[in-house]
Amino acid sequence: MSAGECVAQSAVVDASGREIRPPAKVERVYAAGPPASMLVFAIAPDKLTGWTRAMRPSEAQYLPERYAALPELGRLTGRGNTANVEVVLRAKTDLIADVGSTGPSLASLATQVQAQTRIPYALLDGRIESTPATLRALGKLMGNEAQAEKLAAWYERELADAKQRVSRAGEHPLVYYGRSPSGLQTGGKGSINVEALDFLGARNAAAEARAGLVTVSFEQVILWDPEVILTTDSNFWKSVWSDPRWRAVKAVAAKRVYLSPHLPFGWFDFPPGANRLLGVWWAGKLLYPKEFDLDLRAKVTEFHRLFYHQEPSAAQLDALLGEPGVLPK
Amino acid sequence: MRAIPYLAAGGALIALTALAFAVGRYPVSLSEIFSLVTGQGVSPNVETVVMQVRGPRVLGALLVGAGLAAAGTAYQGMFRNPLVSPDILGVSTGAALGAVLGIFLSQEIFIIQLFAFAGGLAAVGLVYWIGSRLRGHDPLLALVLTGVVVGTLLGSAIALLKYLADPYNQLPAITYWLLGSLAAISPKDIGYSLPLVLVGLVPMLLLRWRMNLLALPDDEARALGVDTRRLRTLVVACATLMTASAVAISGIIGWVGLLIPHAARMLVGPDFGRLLPLAMLLGAAFLLAVDTLCRTIATIEVPPGVLTALIGTPFFLWLFALARRTW
Repeated sequence: MSAGECVAQSAVVDASGREIRPPAKVERVYAAGPPASMLVFAIAPDKLTGWTRAMRPSEAQYLPERYAALPELGRLTGRGNTANVEVVLRAKTDLIADVGSTGPSLASLATQVQAQTRIPYALLDGRIESTPATLRALGKLMGNEAQAEKLAAWYERELADAKQRVSRAGEHPLVYYGRSPSGLQTGGKGSINVEALDFLGARNAAAEARAGLVTVSFEQVILWDPEVILTTDSNFWKSVWSDPRWRAVKAVAAKRVYLSPHLPFGWFDFPPGANRLLGVWWAGKLLYPKEFDLDLRAKVTEFHRLFYHQEPSAAQLDALLGEPGVLPK
Repeated sequence: MRAIPYLAAGGALIALTALAFAVGRYPVSLSEIFSLVTGQGVSPNVETVVMQVRGPRVLGALLVGAGLAAAGTAYQGMFRNPLVSPDILGVSTGAALGAVLGIFLSQEIFIIQLFAFAGGLAAVGLVYWIGSRLRGHDPLLALVLTGVVVGTLLGSAIALLKYLADPYNQLPAITYWLLGSLAAISPKDIGYSLPLVLVGLVPMLLLRWRMNLLALPDDEARALGVDTRRLRTLVVACATLMTASAVAISGIIGWVGLLIPHAARMLVGPDFGRLLPLAMLLGAAFLLAVDTLCRTIATIEVPPGVLTALIGTPFFLWLFALARRTW
């Protein structure tokens, strides 16, 4: 080992206020959850040690083959640990990165794992608007500042552009986000599930519900009478047209119920990572069609090229955007 | 005098049902309900709310409450044990495993319900098959013990599926199913589960006097001319059918099948023929009251299992403190 490798880099303060000192050369990064995998993969795909869950064939086709084939290493934080700390050690990790919420319980877990493994563990903010800052911080930690800066600047520009379009929008239709096969699960204002909606300044029908995932009754939805319904559940999208209970809702009568694409990562809600910029464009187009007159095919291609290192083929774009329910006919 | 508890429970049930139709998140006035009943026109939204949403939900609460209470009554009598609830032989755990598997495989609601129903039947079938092959033990004890261990095994399978499920999407759906809810009950659900509950109920009603003999030791019952083995099989089959078809549309709602039979027994004593109808009336009224609260007190739904436990725990302890060997 040369002397240079032992010298620690200058410290980076992560989003939980902890000082992280990565080694001078970071070659292998363990991503603790899907949002972190995505950013590490976007910045330096060769440094990603594995995915939290093995890629399914339907997802793998959107990524370069050698990266899609990376092993399954499990999740380290968030809801349910599936990773073994020994697996992290065995993966010869130089840095553990987690992107998402940065509350005290996650910070204490990071501190604990860092003490156990002696691997620096950075906790970074996963909110849509924090993504550029998170990209820069991660780039600094990984020693890939230039690539991270390129992505961060692009992301920042796109967010500003979307904000600009929203500010021009006159009418803000009332939106309901329905999850689960029944469509009765939704997220109140400020919940991570509807961050894309909040970013778009949309009028969330369930705004009065507490932040977080909640179940509501049919009567409540009929009472709200949303003009647009967005969903991530294809079973719900299919059943909404034949179920007489949903017919009472304006959005269903006006055929404005839309299904978010979900490959290779969901666009709208989960995983709660940088991928949700796609959801911002998609929902923006559905809610404010005049202002979001952007070419979605070109935008999706650009995002895939920058973040997934592979442009989707024409057939893949057709599959993503042409699936029934994704866009108005 | 003997009719008083039934009249009181029946009256309470009718009053509660009327109240349940009149309240909800969507405002519907009594005159609108009256117009709807008498066939006069109302706005389409009111019609949808009453006929498609609130009506099926009220019926669902009555059906699930009555079904769970009946199954609990039959089991408590048969097992001669006051702590027995309808899921003692694993029907709820089996149904839960079926539903969780359905969610894990991203199926639509009907398939999830079908899996739950089949899972409940299969779990009890397995328990009964193993339990009846454990010779040399008290058959009831063998059955209960098999139910407990198989239930634990199924519980681990559920835990494994939760562990493997997608944490952002499937895991919340699984958690909500396991909490139980009547929020999504549709007219179709009632159409499927009502006949099944009735099929389970009719034999119990017809055999109500023989059911009392199940509480006797096998040889004494046999001396009175009753084949306890066959009768027991029938009771298990009926109670399982009722519970599985209830749980398939409601998810797991605890306490009803445990608490209500006790309350009924306090009022009319242990005779099954008198006990069963009252337990069903009380079970229906109890779950309807709980679910009406669940859907009205907040913008978001309150899981009924949480309320039944909140009400059930003190009530159960109170009943126990009062009980004077009516067993």
